[in-house]
Amino acid sequence: MLTKRIIPCLDIKDGRTVKGINFENIRDAGDPVELGALYAQQGADELVFLDITATNEKRKTLSELVNRISHHINIPFTVGGGIGSVEDVQVLLQNGADKISVNTAAFKKPALVHDLAREFGSQCVVLAIDTKQEADGEWYVYLNGGRVKTGTRCLDWARQAVDLGAGEILLTSMNHDGTKQGFALDITGTLATELPVPVIASGGGGTMPHFVEVFNKGKADAALAASIFHFKEIAIPDLKTYLHQQNIVVRI
Amino acid sequence: MNLVVIKYNAGNIQSVRYALERIGAEALVTDDIEAIQSADKVIFPGVGEASSAMGYLKERKLDAVIRNLKQPVLGICLGMQLMCKYSEENNTDCLGIFDEEVKWFKGLGDATVKVPQIGWNNIYDLQTPLFTQVPQNSYCYFVHGYYAALGKHTIATTDYVQPYSSALHKDNFYGTQFHPEKSAAVGEQILKNFITLIH
Repeated sequence: MLTKRIIPCLDIKDGRTVKGINFENIRDAGDPVELGALYAQQGADELVFLDITATNEKRKTLSELVNRISHHINIPFTVGGGIGSVEDVQVLLQNGADKISVNTAAFKKPALVHDLAREFGSQCVVLAIDTKQEADGEWYVYLNGGRVKTGTRCLDWARQAVDLGAGEILLTSMNHDGTKQGFALDITGTLATELPVPVIASGGGGTMPHFVEVFNKGKADAALAASIFHFKEIAIPDLKTYLHQQNIVVRI
Repeated sequence: MNLVVIKYNAGNIQSVRYALERIGAEALVTDDIEAIQSADKVIFPGVGEASSAMGYLKERKLDAVIRNLKQPVLGICLGMQLMCKYSEENNTDCLGIFDEEVKWFKGLGDATVKVPQIGWNNIYDLQTPLFTQVPQNSYCYFVHGYYAALGKHTIATTDYVQPYSSALHKDNFYGTQFHPEKSAAVGEQILKNFITLIH
């Protein structure tokens, strides 16, 4: 049976992982390759590397990093952060990325999703959406890392992007991100049941039962988290064992 | 050993090379016909679309070259599908090495099925030395919207909507629908088996 996936996310700046990550069993926790390899060895199903560098040097540093990751890591990985063109993606895929994620640039120019899917196939085009539930109860799309509000409903944009060729949705709830109070079950469930592609839930995972919830009630195909793994609040092998005990199909 | 990875207009070819490096095998990535023909073993990888890939192979006469190889050949994902007779993906006639046909998951009439299948699924009914030391029901990584039906060349089975061929074998030709280069330790074992056990 196809398993549910557990995906650690690593934020990258200038080729290094950000946040004060504390691991005594690796030499350099600031090295995305070493941290990613550790997660892979612990049973992570995929990795996401999100580049938050904002300098001109960005592209070269990132492609070199992607090349090193693909040499050392034996599970699939996605690269995202500021990707805006077919050429950007070409370089990342040539250096060994399995998938790329697009966010703001795709919203501003939806044809980008179509172009990427046609050029490289839907299977490597992940649409990342940052969404927030407003007072009116609706979930809206936010851009630029959550700083810019749009009037577009999350489901409408997700559906349009899937029609254009997005092969997977990475959905982050801004209401839940960082709270450790659980994932956004309703909007995740809406997208996961309405769309014909896998949905990766992100934001809010704080305990192991939260992951059970997002798979059972939220119908998510995968769950992504960052700090709970980086700060060892939850170890991936323990999480996998727990999910298995709760009758969720995972790779152990 | 002289190991060649066929270069063509499909994705993830470098990933295969890097995975081989991780298990200590150097491979040449090339579309040079002589280099392919004289290799000890050939890997035919790929992520992409069937008709444009077949068009590319035909244009460079690589279709006949691959079909006539006598050394062990391992097709991966699209590579395996192209070694089949026919693919429903844009009605493409393929290399015809395996008799099995390649069909679309959506064609099975299950409206709720997500296509492509993306993620880890288990492989069972494992046959041939390609799966030496690979336990039944091991998890491998899959990314595909089309599948090869079960047939006489099936050497591994996976369930998605229904059972299908996750690996095929005929004579010197092997194919896996999953990506051994992305399937953690299990995938590395399978690549090692192809390199050391298949002759």
